[in-house]
Amino acid sequence: MSPFFFWTASALMLIFGAAVIINRNPIASALSLVVSFLGMAALFMSLDAFFIGIIQVLVYAGAVMVLFLFIVMLLDLRAEERRKINFVAFAGGVAVAVIFFGQLYLVIGHLRQARLPFPALAVAPQDDVHSIGLLLFGNYNLPFQVIAVLILVATVGVIVLSKRELH
Amino acid sequence: MVTLGDYLFVSGLLFTIGFAGVLLRRNIIIIFMSLELMLNAANLSLVAFSRARVDAAGLPNYHGQVFVFFIITVAAAEVAVGLAIIVALYRARRTTHVEDINMLKF
Repeated sequence: MSPFFFWTASALMLIFGAAVIINRNPIASALSLVVSFLGMAALFMSLDAFFIGIIQVLVYAGAVMVLFLFIVMLLDLRAEERRKINFVAFAGGVAVAVIFFGQLYLVIGHLRQARLPFPALAVAPQDDVHSIGLLLFGNYNLPFQVIAVLILVATVGVIVLSKRELH
Repeated sequence: MVTLGDYLFVSGLLFTIGFAGVLLRRNIIIIFMSLELMLNAANLSLVAFSRARVDAAGLPNYHGQVFVFFIITVAAAEVAVGLAIIVALYRARRTTHVEDINMLKF
């Protein structure tokens, strides 16, 4: 994987990720999130995880973002008016985020394995969808079925939540 | 040469952006989008570690990618339920601003 491709995709992802929380208009935030997810999919592809990259585009950039845009437009949210910012809370939030990142950076800096380049891959006898599928239906069969039940519960839950009369 | 550390750095930066969004923004939909950013950052670390742990046959460690698959599934279900809750909340209170929704406070 070329460093140029990596840093371009990373910069795209991070800049639009920052745009999500900087934009005042929720629709602009949702559209920035799409670009951020596409940059993430490119990074997955650069790590030879083609299946995960495709899933990222289909599920996140497709389904999840359509849901977000749909809700933002349904609720008719305009750019929020400027409110009085609680300055202490704002400074505290920024401080916590910066301290968190500093700690993370120190941990990554001390990780010896993180400085090595990625080991070379052999030519795979089968594509990665095949390998992940074998694991999913073999080793991880029970979690897979639990996930199916979870999605059923989520479906029923969404229907109950949106049909209930709220008095 | 791109190393595992670079991927972890980018992933940590994205997690921090999402974390800052949750702490700083007051619009509940933006907070929800920031949660998605944090989940994605964790996915990137998992896939990078999966690529770094090449097994004897020269293949990446696919267990990490299966884990990412599960996280994406749970995140999709979470978005559906969370947005349904936000819509119900909006119908009841006519707002998505978290400081206007403080029934549980005190």
